[in-house]
Amino acid sequence: MQNDYIHLILADDDEDDRLFFTDAFSELKMNTRVNTFNDGVELMNYLNKEDALMPNVLFLDLNMPKKTGIECLIEIKANTKMSGIAIVIYSTSASEEDIEKTFVLGANIYIKKPGDFKKLKKVLSEVVSINWQYHTNSLNKDNFLLRL
Amino acid sequence: MKLFLKFDFNTVSKKVLEFKFNEFNIKHKILGFGEVELLKKLTSDEYETLEASLNDYGIEIVENEKSILVQKIKDAIVDMVFNEDTNVNVKSSVYLSERLGHSYGYLSNLFSEVTFSSVENFMIIQKIEYSKQLLLNTDLTLTEIAFKLNYSSVAHLSTQFKNTTGITPSAFQRIIFKRRDIAQQKNNSLH
Repeated sequence: MQNDYIHLILADDDEDDRLFFTDAFSELKMNTRVNTFNDGVELMNYLNKEDALMPNVLFLDLNMPKKTGIECLIEIKANTKMSGIAIVIYSTSASEEDIEKTFVLGANIYIKKPGDFKKLKKVLSEVVSINWQYHTNSLNKDNFLLRL
Repeated sequence: MKLFLKFDFNTVSKKVLEFKFNEFNIKHKILGFGEVELLKKLTSDEYETLEASLNDYGIEIVENEKSILVQKIKDAIVDMVFNEDTNVNVKSSVYLSERLGHSYGYLSNLFSEVTFSSVENFMIIQKIEYSKQLLLNTDLTLTEIAFKLNYSSVAHLSTQFKNTTGITPSAFQRIIFKRRDIAQQKNNSLH
């Protein structure tokens, strides 16, 4: 278990947010591999590749150019190959409408992007460890909803 | 006549593993070098035959005693939460140390070390998991569920649910029922 690593992907058009995200994980003790994509099209091109390594957890920004987070979410949920990925909505919005809509569409976790780096690290480590519980303890993924 | 051979050990090992797992009809995923994920649990008999057969090829299954004990702690907790026949009149710390034969302090430290989480936290997750199941698949009210799961009050369960998942039990129920409706509609339009 200790030698395992967790594969994470973030799709976000904001360069600073991508940087904070990778920095946060490099400072956490967990064994993770992080890939980032700049928009929804880039992300879906990667996931649709025949030999693509599927992430354990995918973080989706909602407002991205070309293809929004919601459009990606719908495509991913319609694709059986990608059904095992835990989906985290990672957004500056915390509107109840966005939250309920993305949950209903199949997202597992909704995070409002925290304002400071310390909080970000805390939230991200919480996400990964709870997801790890689901992964290793055969909890029912269909019932996995979390809002942070 | 003599043949000179060059081996690619990665490929050899992978092929041997594939061959063995297929021989025993075990669905699996080879995750990388030295790591295989089994898609179902093996009985201890199946495990032993597989282990012996792999040993013939010089392949050893690495067992980590700590990980095994952690698995036992988890199994005991799941049994306690989900199985109503298991005696829960004693405190959970007493139950765990009696069942596993170690002090609670030892078990709890070990658990945190291996899982990056705590026994208490794991227990809460399992209880909330069970209450989710009951909310979705039975007609029990939240009050009845709280009683069934030994919460002191419905407010206690409701707060713990919200703290653990970030949403209220009723929002949870509403969202999952909406998902089911959508899936149902999709199904209907296909036929």
